[in-house]
This record gives sequence, structure tokens and C-alpha cells, in this order.
Amino acid sequence: MLTQALFRALDKKAIWLVAILIAVAVLVPASNLLLPNGHPLRLPNYAVPLFGKYLTFAMLALALDLVWGYCGILSLGHGAFFAIGGYAMGMYLMRQIGNRGVYANPILPDFMVFLNWKELPWYWYGFDNFWFAMLMVMLVPALLAFVFGFLAFRSRVTGVYLSIITQAMTYALLLAFFRNDMGFGGNNGLTDFKEILGAPISADTTRAALFAASAIALALAILVCSMVVNSKLGKVMIAVRDAESRTRFLGYRVEYVKLFAFVVSAVIAGIAGALYVPQVGIINPGEFEPSNSIEVVIWTAVGGRGTIIGPIIGAILVNVGKSYFTGAFPEFWLFALGALFVVTTLFLPKGIVGLIGQYRSLTTRREQHDRSAPAAPSPAEVESSADPQPKPAE
Amino acid sequence: MTDRTGTMLYLDGVSVAFDGFKALNKLSIIVYPAEMLAIIGPNGAGKTTMMDIITGKTRPDDGEVFFDGRTDLTRLDEAAIANLGIGRKFQKPTVFESQTVWDNLEMALRKPRGIFATLFYTASDTDTARITEILDTVRLLGRKDHLAADLSHGQKQWLEIGMLLAQDPKLLLVDEPVAGMTDSETVETAKLLKEIAKTRSVVVVEHDMSFVRDLGSRVTCLAEGSVLAEGSLDQVSANPVVIERYLGR
Amino acid sequence: MIGAAMTFSRLLATLVVLLGALLVPAHAQTADTTLSPLVDALAPGSFKDRETAIAALVATEDLRVVPLLQTLADGDLYVGKTDAKVVFITGSGATLGRIDPVTAAELGEVPKADLEKVKVNNGLRRVIRTAIGQLTLLSDDPATRRSAAQSILRDADPANLELLDSGISAEADPAILQVMQTARAVLTLKTDATLEDKTAALPLVSAIGGRDALTLLTAALANAPDELKPAIQASIDGLARDRAVWDAAQNVWYGISLGSVLLLAAIGLAITFGVMGVINMAHGEMVMLGAYTTFVVQETIRRYSPELFDYSLAIALPLAFLITALIGIAIERGIIRWLYGRALETLLATWGISLILQQSVRSIFGPTNRLVGNPSWMSGSFDLGGLSITWSRLWIVIFALVVFVTLLLVLKRTALGLQMRAVTQNRRMASAMGIRTPFVDAMTFGLGSGVAGLAGVALSQIDNVSPNLGQGYIIDSFMVVVFGGVGNLWGTFVGALTLGIANKFLEPYVGAVLGKILILVLIILFIQRRPRGLFALKGRSVEA
Repeated sequence: MLTQALFRALDKKAIWLVAILIAVAVLVPASNLLLPNGHPLRLPNYAVPLFGKYLTFAMLALALDLVWGYCGILSLGHGAFFAIGGYAMGMYLMRQIGNRGVYANPILPDFMVFLNWKELPWYWYGFDNFWFAMLMVMLVPALLAFVFGFLAFRSRVTGVYLSIITQAMTYALLLAFFRNDMGFGGNNGLTDFKEILGAPISADTTRAALFAASAIALALAILVCSMVVNSKLGKVMIAVRDAESRTRFLGYRVEYVKLFAFVVSAVIAGIAGALYVPQVGIINPGEFEPSNSIEVVIWTAVGGRGTIIGPIIGAILVNVGKSYFTGAFPEFWLFALGALFVVTTLFLPKGIVGLIGQYRSLTTRREQHDRSAPAAPSPAEVESSADPQPKPAE
Repeated sequence: MTDRTGTMLYLDGVSVAFDGFKALNKLSIIVYPAEMLAIIGPNGAGKTTMMDIITGKTRPDDGEVFFDGRTDLTRLDEAAIANLGIGRKFQKPTVFESQTVWDNLEMALRKPRGIFATLFYTASDTDTARITEILDTVRLLGRKDHLAADLSHGQKQWLEIGMLLAQDPKLLLVDEPVAGMTDSETVETAKLLKEIAKTRSVVVVEHDMSFVRDLGSRVTCLAEGSVLAEGSLDQVSANPVVIERYLGR
Repeated sequence: MIGAAMTFSRLLATLVVLLGALLVPAHAQTADTTLSPLVDALAPGSFKDRETAIAALVATEDLRVVPLLQTLADGDLYVGKTDAKVVFITGSGATLGRIDPVTAAELGEVPKADLEKVKVNNGLRRVIRTAIGQLTLLSDDPATRRSAAQSILRDADPANLELLDSGISAEADPAILQVMQTARAVLTLKTDATLEDKTAALPLVSAIGGRDALTLLTAALANAPDELKPAIQASIDGLARDRAVWDAAQNVWYGISLGSVLLLAAIGLAITFGVMGVINMAHGEMVMLGAYTTFVVQETIRRYSPELFDYSLAIALPLAFLITALIGIAIERGIIRWLYGRALETLLATWGISLILQQSVRSIFGPTNRLVGNPSWMSGSFDLGGLSITWSRLWIVIFALVVFVTLLLVLKRTALGLQMRAVTQNRRMASAMGIRTPFVDAMTFGLGSGVAGLAGVALSQIDNVSPNLGQGYIIDSFMVVVFGGVGNLWGTFVGALTLGIANKFLEPYVGAVLGKILILVLIILFIQRRPRGLFALKGRSVEA
């Protein structure tokens, strides 16, 4: 059954994407490590973790797309799952520092020594083990998503209400992680990592390996997502997005459909966060900022929600733009980002991918009138037929 | 009232109020297995609210609602009620517009509804055959790969009826099935519903009197949330109160 | 008790307080030239001569004599060996600063060896105390007597007991007498007076109330005779209960104050979100723009007519309303009207607008906090029973109520309000009846934004005016609206106050941050229970 489902998921587009990502996973590290300095095709050292970071962002956007694009749940708190995954990885990396810290305490991370803590808090136990930490990278976001989603979806909190309470969730976590008492390094977060799995964390080879890991993780996420959305459950998810109560009258438990999507999405976001942290070298409470989570939404929207490739394109484009702007014209970045939000919602409701799709369907229609694939309904049409948003007092 | 054993749908003394407005007022209705009941009545008579209560969308303030003589519907939610075997067609045709006709039916098809059962579902030959058969019945075979959004209003009505069939329910609640249909389509729909009612219970809400006449079933006229008159269409439409309140002179 | 152990600077500080209190009423003041020779006369000769000099000083009835005599009694008064001038000294070590006791002018530093202490003995100290008593407690001026009694009460030095007794026996004014007797009771508890005296003093001390009485009694408990201890403990318990009630009341006040801030920030949102179903993420930036309007108005006033400063807020209010309302209308006409019925898209577009507005303000005014001043009528605080209330907070509470009531009236009583409600309930029907729905949309959004601008003017008084001002309020505002129930201004009102008070009650137990986290978690849980808030609209129309 599983193989069947997987096989079905491997439609042409997914295969291409996965193939490209595997090629990237090989070529980028190879170009950085094998080519001599000064070679025109050699990627500079700084570029490898930078590109790796983009890939983790793409993964986060894909995770959001699974719930928003396919299931209609606009989460404004997905950055929280990303950050939690990142913290779990950060805790492993902190434990790896051992006695090489400033205070040379073999067990306690520096910030705990600084706070005069005598013992490791219980929730730090086990994080010296890589595999335990990786398990937590997936388990903790999943658990949070499960509890939060179970409560919210069961009581049918939908639309903007849901968006607002997801935002409240990440905001509450932001405040919590800022507290020193929480035992996650407070304001400064976790940083000054030394090594990962015994390899020095800032060595070129380690960075190349992390990049390859990110590319492969993204490829796996694409496989999982396309398996889900191409299954009958994926169709039900879209049904929930378009007409939630109608889906209920068909006998589907909408809350469980949403919960499934939410948890899977949270796990993907958590893994993305875990890959992000060793490549940027720090995790701090800032990752919980509600504005970060909203930015992820715009990556997904720009690329095209409700598609697998859209969020990946969107995340990479917007972040390349961000790197360029914040370097060249820091003043203008927020203007550009703000304008992007406005322009996308007004003129590009289906994102770049939707734009290409429209252009394509126009040309194919011209070529073959009879067999023409009907154009995708414009978002306005979909929206009007959809379950009414909780529009108050109508 | 009557004993509820042997009934398919049993409503007794059902009342519900929204902000003081009594949408249903001690409504009592019984539907037997393999029986068709047509419900007529002016706007605001509580027809849609009645369906909302049966399907679990709205909870009654008072009264009993039983399915199959034994299942208390007031304790269940929409999904559970649908899985018991109650299918509903909405007044405004509600299909999944961004998905194909085929996918709409595949989702409606009576199959395990659990998450993992749905995730790992692959259509068996019997499933494919059944969907094809339904498509044939509702005359959408030629449009199976089209998006539901591209269908005409009447075709959407048919698709929704097709989805009802795919659900294979014991009780069908059909709200204004022929709105926006041509005369010939209307006649076809009546035929189809009569065919269905041979094996299942069907409750039809309709304003179109000639359609109701075509159904030839028992008729209940609702007004202001309770039953005004019951009987055959001729009996009901001869009732002076019904003429006064609904049909007009 | 004070004695030599007390450092001079501390003594000086007490004396300044004392003086400040005494100098308030118009009072006999001798010319400096007359007073100075009398002061210098304190130094030479025997103790007997000093007594005469003191009598002469008292005869002037000049209150500057009081700190002088006090200093003398404490043995901290010095005289120059060469110039024979009597001075206060400051500092310590080899060189000492000198201060003229009459004019308070600094006379420069001299080596310690050049100065000599004006000697004093116990006999003289008694004379001095009586003299001070005559000058203060027995003064003809009731205000002087009262503040003297109060300062004795504050110092709580048992050495003043005799003095106080003479004051009490001569006092005719019942109010002042009460202060004196209270002071006496406080002093009595500190002495080794008889049990009866102390027992009699106890109720008087308790009657002072508040933290002061609590401190006094707790101190007294330590060295009280065992027989008295239960009585003192009982008084302490009673006071602690009173204190707890006042603390709770203070928390309620803080809560109301926070609630009114939340109400101000959220009420505009309640209109745009509640009435129109539009998620305005730029709402916080409207608040921020209102605050910057206040800043610009104040800067202009400072530059051109500083005398108008107290009216700056009155000028800023209409301006802020107008500016933010116009910006709001522009946003509605330009962007939001294309997105009706697509709530989530509106959320994203307005978030984009908020980024643009933030960055614009950052580019124009800079990223740092700008100073917005409090007009005189908004600064300071006053006590109400055991409560301490700042004027700015009180005004904001009043202002929030005024805004709330005005909005209620606008919605219920005006033509625009009627049209707004009509469009809210049934857009198509309203439009069919000839209501210009686009106009109403624009006006509603303008109104909501304008109210945010008003909130900004108020918040500029208690918060930092920076480009991030709005960000701090947006999530809280959403929480208020969602908690209170959408489409209902009363819901917003109750929601804001509930959240404000709950927050302030949690704070003392778990701290500010954790309190806020708890509130957020509670709201998230609450929404599970009541997905449409406290005052949800019910009915078929909502569910359809």
C-alpha cells in the first residue's frame, strides 16, 4: 500500500524536482570543495551555508503550504515549529561544546554557569545524543501542533480566528523563550557551537555536508508532501479548504484531516529549523517573532500556494532578494517586502506558478479548443463558493 | 406521539430559537423506511433549519430526533450523522469546485473515512465501476475530468445528487433539487428520486408544485416552524389554512 | 537616638525636608544681617553664654534657627578659629566645606585644623530642644505647628517626647492635636513607657494605617513586653488585611488603566475587524502615526509658541484623527476594497502596508524613540485612600471611556452609524435600498483608523514613541477583540477591562512576562470554548 501510494506521488513534476535537488546536493558542495580557488565556477565559502539557509526556508514554506495552500489553515505561527526544531538542534550542539566553553563546565552550557545553575534541567537530558535530539526535532513540534491543533480544530476555530491564535501561540513562545528561567539561554539563545557529530561546525566540509543534507531533506519533504496531496486524503484536504462544512456532511472528520496536515507540516518545519541552526550558527528567541511567521506566508504566496513547487520558488526568490536588498539598500527592504505583500494579494493571488499556469492554459487553449483543459477557476470564484469565512454578523 | 420503532426519521416536539426568533416550534415529523416525504412551505417556515437539526449542524433547544428508531441524532456531530447513512443535498448546490467531477464522486463514495484509510486509498475496480455507473445515472460521464466549477447550475445539482448516491445513504435529505433546472431536467430528477425512494427514505424540500406533484408522495406543509397540514398533495393544497398562509388565493 | 552617629549629610537632608515643610507659610523672617551676628554669638564663651545666645535666636522667631540649633545639639556645628564665624560643614577628611547657616551660601573649603566644634552638653541640649519646640510646636502659626508635629511623627525620635507633651498641653486646634497625639503614641511605643501607656498608644498608631503603621508596629513588636505582643500582633494583622484590600484595589486600578489602554488600541480594530470583517494588520501603525502626530505638534509648539504646550494634546487629537482617518480611507479605497470576502488576503495586504508605514516613519523620524512630553495637567500623581494614582493614567482612563461612549453613540444614533450597521448585516440589501456601500466602507475604515490615531495621541503619553510602537499593541488588540466577541463594541469593552485586570492580578504572583504568557494561553483556551468570543452574535444568519 505504502509503495503504491509513493509511486502515485511520483508524478513527473515531483520527479523533476527531486532530481534537481539531488543534483544540487552534489554539485554545490563539489563546486565549493573540489574546484580550486579563483575558478569561475567555484562557489565561495560564504555562499554554501547561505544557499543551505535558503533551502531550509524553502522547506518551511513548503510546510506552511501543506496547511495553507492545501488545507486552508493560514497559520501565522509556523515560525514557532521551525524555531522549536532549531532549539532542539541547538541543545544538541550546546551539549557537544562540553568543556570547551568559556567556563569549561563539562556538563552545563555557559549560560547556565553564568546564571549560577548547579544542575542541568531535566529537559536537557538526552540531548548529548544526536539521535535523541533528532527525534525531539520532530517530536516536540509534532506534539505542540497536535495539542494546539486538537483543541483548535475540534472546537472549529477557523479562518482569521485561527490565524490570530496561531500568532498568539508564537508570541507566547517568544515571551517564554526570552525568559532566562526557561533554561534556553534567554535573550542570547544558543550559540558558540563547536562541532556536530564530531566535525568542526564551521569547516568547509561540514558546511558542504549540511548543505547536502538540507537539499536531501527538502527532496524528502517534497516526496512526503506530494504523496499526501496526491492521495485521496489530499483531495479531502482541498475539499476542506474549499467547503469545510460540506466535507463534514460527506462524513469526513474535518478536525482530524486538519490535525494530520498540521502535525505533518509542523514536523517538516521542525526539521527545517534543525538544519537551519548549524548553518547560521545561532538560534535565539527572535525566531519566534510573529513577523517572521508572516514573512513565511508571503514566500508561499509569492511562489504560489496550493502547489508543491510554488513555495520553494517563492522562499528562494524572496530570500535572495532580501539578502541583496539588506546588503545594498537596507532602507528599502521593508518597503520592498511590504509592496510584495500588497502586490501579491492584489494581482498575484495564485503566485508566480499560477501566473505561469494561466499563461500555459491560455496557449494550450488556443492550440486545441476542444480538448482544452478548463482554466483553473480564478481565486475569486473559488472563494465565493467556499465555506464562508467567519464573516462576523452577516 | 407515535412509537418510534420502525421509523427511519423521527422528530418529536423539536424547537429551536435564534435570539428569540422561533425557527422551529414543536415540530414533529416521521419518515418511514423506503418512503418519500415532500415538504413545502413559505420562506422562513423552518425547512432548512429542520435539515440543519437532522444533520447535526444545529442543536435543538428541545425535542427528540431519532434515526432508524434508535439513534439519538442530537448527540452526534455532522460527520457521525453522515456516516450513519444520512446524506444531504444543499439548497445552493455545494460541490468542490476546484476538483474534478470524478474526484467529487470519489470523495463521496462510501468507503472508510479514517485519516490513514483515506491517505492510503487506491480505487479498486468495483469503486471505479460504481463511480462510472453513478456518472452515467447523473449524465456527467462525458464531463468526468472537468472541474466542478465549470458545470452549469443544473449539472451541479445533478453532481450533488450523484454524490448523494455515492454516499449510499439510508436517508436522503434533498433541499430544492430542481432550482435552476430546465423542465425536462426537472422531470428526470423526479424520476430519479422516485427510483431512489424505492429502497431508501427521501425527504425533499421544494417550492415547485408541479415537481412535487410528479413525485406523488406524501406532503407536509410547514409554516412558522411547525406542521400546518399533512396528506397527499391534493389534500394539502385544498386545506384552507395552507391556501391562506402559503399558496395564496 | 540620632546623636553623633548620624552623618551630617543625612541630617542635612532631614533638615531640608523639615525646613521645606516649615517654610511653606509666610513667616517671620529676620534680615540676614541681624541674624548672622546672633548666630556667631553661639560660639564664644561658656555654656551659659550659649544659653543666652539661643534665647536671643529664639526671640527672632526665624525658622532658619531650627536647623541651626538642631545641628548644634548634634554637635556638628563648627566655628572658624580665625574668623570666629559659625558654619555648617560638609564632607570629611583633611579639608571641609563650609556653609553659611543663615544664607545657605557656600563659603569654600578650609583645612580641618582651622575649624573648631561648638561645644555642647546635655544641659544645653535640653535647652535647645525646648527652644526648637517653642519655635515650632509652640509657634503662633498653626501651619508651622502642624508640620512640626508631622516631622516629629516622621522622625519618630523618642527624645522629642517631652517637647511633644508641652505642645500637646498648649494645643487648641483639634486637628493638630490629633497629629501630635499620634506622634506621641509612636514615640511612646519606642520608649520604655509603662504597659498602660503603650496599650493606650497602640490604637493611635494603628490608626495611621498603611505601610507606615505596619513598619512602626513591626519594629515595636520586636522589643515590646510579652504582655503587649498579642495586641500588637493583632493590630499588625488588621493592618495587613487592610493593606491587602488596598493592594487589591491598586491592582484593580492598574488593571483598569491597562484595560483602558487596551480598549483604546482595540476599539478602532473592533470597528474594522468586527463591523466590517476586515483584518487590519496596519492598525497598530495607525496608533503609531497618531503618536507621531503628537510629537510633531509638540515640536512645532516648542519652537513657535511654548506657552501653548499644555494645549498640545488638544491640538494633536483632531489632527491625529484626521490624518489617520485619511490614510485609512486611502488604504480602503486603494487596496482593501478589492479584497472583500477574502479575509486572509486582507490580513496579508494590510501587513504589507504596516511594513511600509513603519519603514516610512523610520526613514523620516529615525529609528530611535522620540520625546513626547506630558503637559502639566498630565504629570504627577495623587493619593486616594491607600491608592496612588497618576494623572496621566487617570486621564487616559477617562479619555478611553469618552471615546468608547462617543463611538457607541455614533453607531447607534447617527445616519452613518445606521448605514454602517445596515451594510454589516446585509450588504446587498443595503445597496438595493440606496445606501452607497463603497462610501460606507470607506467611512467605516476611516473611522476605525481615526480612532486608532486618537489612541496614538493618548499612548504617546505613557509609551515610547518609536516606529515599533504599533507592533507592541497589535497582538494585544486582536486578543481583546477576539476575546470580547466580534461585531460588538461592548464585547471589546468588557474584553479589554477583563484582560487588563486579569493581567495585573497575575503579575504580582508570576511576574509580568509569565503573566502575559498565561493570559495568551488562557485566551487560546478560551477561544476553544467559545470560538466567537464572549459576546458572540447568535443565530442562523451567523452560521450560514
